[in-house]
Amino acid sequence: MNLTLKVWRQAHADDTGSIETYPAENIPEEASFLEMLDIVNERIIEDGGDPIHFDHDCREGICGMCSLTINGVPHSKETGITTCQVHMRKFRDGDTIWVEPFRARAFPIVKDLITDRSAFDRIVAAGGYISVRTGAAPDANATPVPKIDADAAFDAAACIGCGACVAACKNASAMLFVGAKATHLNKLPQGEPEKDKRVLGMVRQMDAEGFGNCTNQYECEGVCPKEISADVIAKLNRDYAAAAGREAVE
Amino acid sequence: MNALGQSLLNFWRSSIGKKLIVAVTGIILVGFLLAHMAGNLLIFQGRESMNDYAYFLHHFLHGVGIWLFRIVLLGAFILHIVTTIALVRQNRGARSEKYACEATVKASLSSKIMIWSGLTVLGFVIFHIFHFTIRVDPDLAGMKDPGDPSRHDVYGMVIAGFQNPLVVLFYIIAVTLLCSHLRHGIASLFQTLGLRSEKTRVAIQYAGIAIAIILWLGFLSIPTLITFGAIEDNGEAGKHSSTTFVIDPPKC
Repeated sequence: MNLTLKVWRQAHADDTGSIETYPAENIPEEASFLEMLDIVNERIIEDGGDPIHFDHDCREGICGMCSLTINGVPHSKETGITTCQVHMRKFRDGDTIWVEPFRARAFPIVKDLITDRSAFDRIVAAGGYISVRTGAAPDANATPVPKIDADAAFDAAACIGCGACVAACKNASAMLFVGAKATHLNKLPQGEPEKDKRVLGMVRQMDAEGFGNCTNQYECEGVCPKEISADVIAKLNRDYAAAAGREAVE
Repeated sequence: MNALGQSLLNFWRSSIGKKLIVAVTGIILVGFLLAHMAGNLLIFQGRESMNDYAYFLHHFLHGVGIWLFRIVLLGAFILHIVTTIALVRQNRGARSEKYACEATVKASLSSKIMIWSGLTVLGFVIFHIFHFTIRVDPDLAGMKDPGDPSRHDVYGMVIAGFQNPLVVLFYIIAVTLLCSHLRHGIASLFQTLGLRSEKTRVAIQYAGIAIAIILWLGFLSIPTLITFGAIEDNGEAGKHSSTTFVIDPPKC
């Protein structure tokens, strides 16, 4: 396959950055998107240039490290997968592919396509945990959990924290991420006692990080590689309203 | 500041707090629109019903009722707009750099034009208040009910007011954009209030569309039928007799 890449290049955080054009020739269609970038980078290095910097780690869709907005859609227009699971056979010979970083003020660009997504870590540190000492693994059914709650918590816990939800949102809102992280604990008896503290803490940290506000377009849901439903945002809204109400009177 | 004040300030400062304010004021405004449309449809009952209703509104609770109602409505309207502006400012700051290649995967058209539909509705509301509430046109302001000259002839005013095709055109555009605003807004308020779930998701989506369509048909039926001459003001007083439906009777 012969392709043309339009790639965002930015030397460092304070650089203005621009789109640069690169040919991607003789790319095998069984290559993954990141392998295609590896091939292009080898050629750039051979020519003495600065390779395109991008985030990656497990390359099997579970670590949440890879990013990239491909043709305007985080993780590409393919649904339910991360960038590392996108294969070149999904493109046509001769295509021009736009590759940009996940854009959000709260995700500052480090270099080229690499963004600093540590804002998510700080949101989790503000309440996305259970603070009791858990000790050794308890017996499986020591704390009964209704199946429906266990399933809902598990669905929310599928979030890998990649940040595609933020990148897809025109407001760079982190509501799907925060909704997923809060819901997966709030739905379980172990997480329930600290629900109010968790929701207030995480939402306040989310706002402090400079993420935008959800306008219910559900682009986040559409691009989430783990297909997390925007219902977790509704649950977060409900839990926040209840927590803020209780905080005001208690 | 005391603890309660701090909690309220925190609520206003939070993204979800502001969105809840937009949702609750939105409910008040949608409720008003449904009541306003139902009242407007009394025009099909004739001059007496329409003018009786207008008289009731203006004299409810010795004339205090309408002002209480207006204050609540104006408060909700202003709060809805001010809070939305605050949210939009934050949103623009959160995504200062745009993508060179922009794409969406599931955002509806109505959700994409919320700011434009909202601003058009704001402009229309100002025009509409000057047109039919304050009545800056002396011809409309001076209309008297032929059956009771002591009261204003709202029925005749509406028909006279919609004789100008530009007014009708603006009305149609504004109401259409209003209903686009509501198609996204109504479904959104359920989401913001935390009522959307796997069970309710589809019902909420259709509720937004259904209410928007009902309001669109209800509001636009009046200027459209007046424009096409199906509702005319023959100057007569009295219930029903004042409405002349000039649509041809069915041929049997």
